[in-house]
Amino acid sequence: MSLIKMENGRMTVFVPAELDDHNAKEIREQIDELLDSQWVRTLIFDFKDTAFMDSSGIGMILGRYKKMDYSGGKVEAVHLNDRIRRMMVLSGLYQVVRMEKEREGGR
Amino acid sequence: MKQDNLQETEELQETPCVQPAVRKNQMRLEFDSCSENEGFARVAVAAFMTQLNPTVEEVADVKTAVSEAVTNAIIHGYEGRVETISISCSICGRELSVTVSDRGVGIPDVKAAMEPLFTSRPELERSGMGFAFMEAFMDQVSVESFPGKGTCVQMKKKIGTVPWKE
Ligand SMILES: Nc1ncnc2c1ncn2[C@@H]1O[C@H](COP(=O)(O)OP(=O)(O)OP(=O)(O)O)[C@@H](O)[C@H]1O
Ligand SMILES: [Mg+2]
Repeated sequence: MSLIKMENGRMTVFVPAELDDHNAKEIREQIDELLDSQWVRTLIFDFKDTAFMDSSGIGMILGRYKKMDYSGGKVEAVHLNDRIRRMMVLSGLYQVVRMEKEREGGR
Repeated sequence: MKQDNLQETEELQETPCVQPAVRKNQMRLEFDSCSENEGFARVAVAAFMTQLNPTVEEVADVKTAVSEAVTNAIIHGYEGRVETISISCSICGRELSVTVSDRGVGIPDVKAAMEPLFTSRPELERSGMGFAFMEAFMDQVSVESFPGKGTCVQMKKKIGTVPWKE
């Protein structure tokens, strides 16, 4: 289970310590349920507690981006460590998901 | 094979050299192709590589690559069926080699499959970045696959930036 905070159309998802194929599905369902029932303008992925992520995380974020883009919303990612940042760059996700500047609060 | 000339250095004069010239070790794992084992597989390989005194970054690189290969075997190789995945790891000097194999459906065109963003399962929200991440985080990745027979992904990485010292 990941924690989700909702505030004036801004939904923050606190990504768990590990994000892989095994738990991506559950997080995806949790987020989609809220996206389908609430008014969300900005979806923020907060990676402050995340030590591990693989391409399953990239797929999960990309899928949520497509959903948000369809409804005219935005997606952001904060507290990325260097590795997750590199994955966002290699996959091209950085072009559509706003990331905070280098090392700003990152690890 | 390289000759060990460490015994000539001052610190080691006291201890007789019982170590072989090149450090070698290996291990093998077999487990069911269910997603619960993705975490187990990467942690097991990470534990095996600690004897190389890796940095935190190097461990994370290897964990990511193992997770990618194992997830591929589960999702694509066995298409969700529970069968057996095997991992063999070996250490030679300061090089770690990890091989992940399945006896699943195989890959018809390996070159195309390894292209970044190529995925055969976009409906499962795959991003097609698995092989690209393996290549980004390991020194060398080679894939052997036979349609209907299975897939074998071998990855290598030199651990540590200075030559191995005991
Ligand atoms: N073990 C395997 N058995 C059969 N096909 C495979 C195997 N590994 C990879 N493939 C094929 O290669 C393609 C590319 O793999 P890659 O890991 O790069 O991307 P993906 O798994 O589709 O997406 P992602 O890894 O980003 O979630 C897969 O879509 C699949 O068609
Ligand atoms: Mg993959």
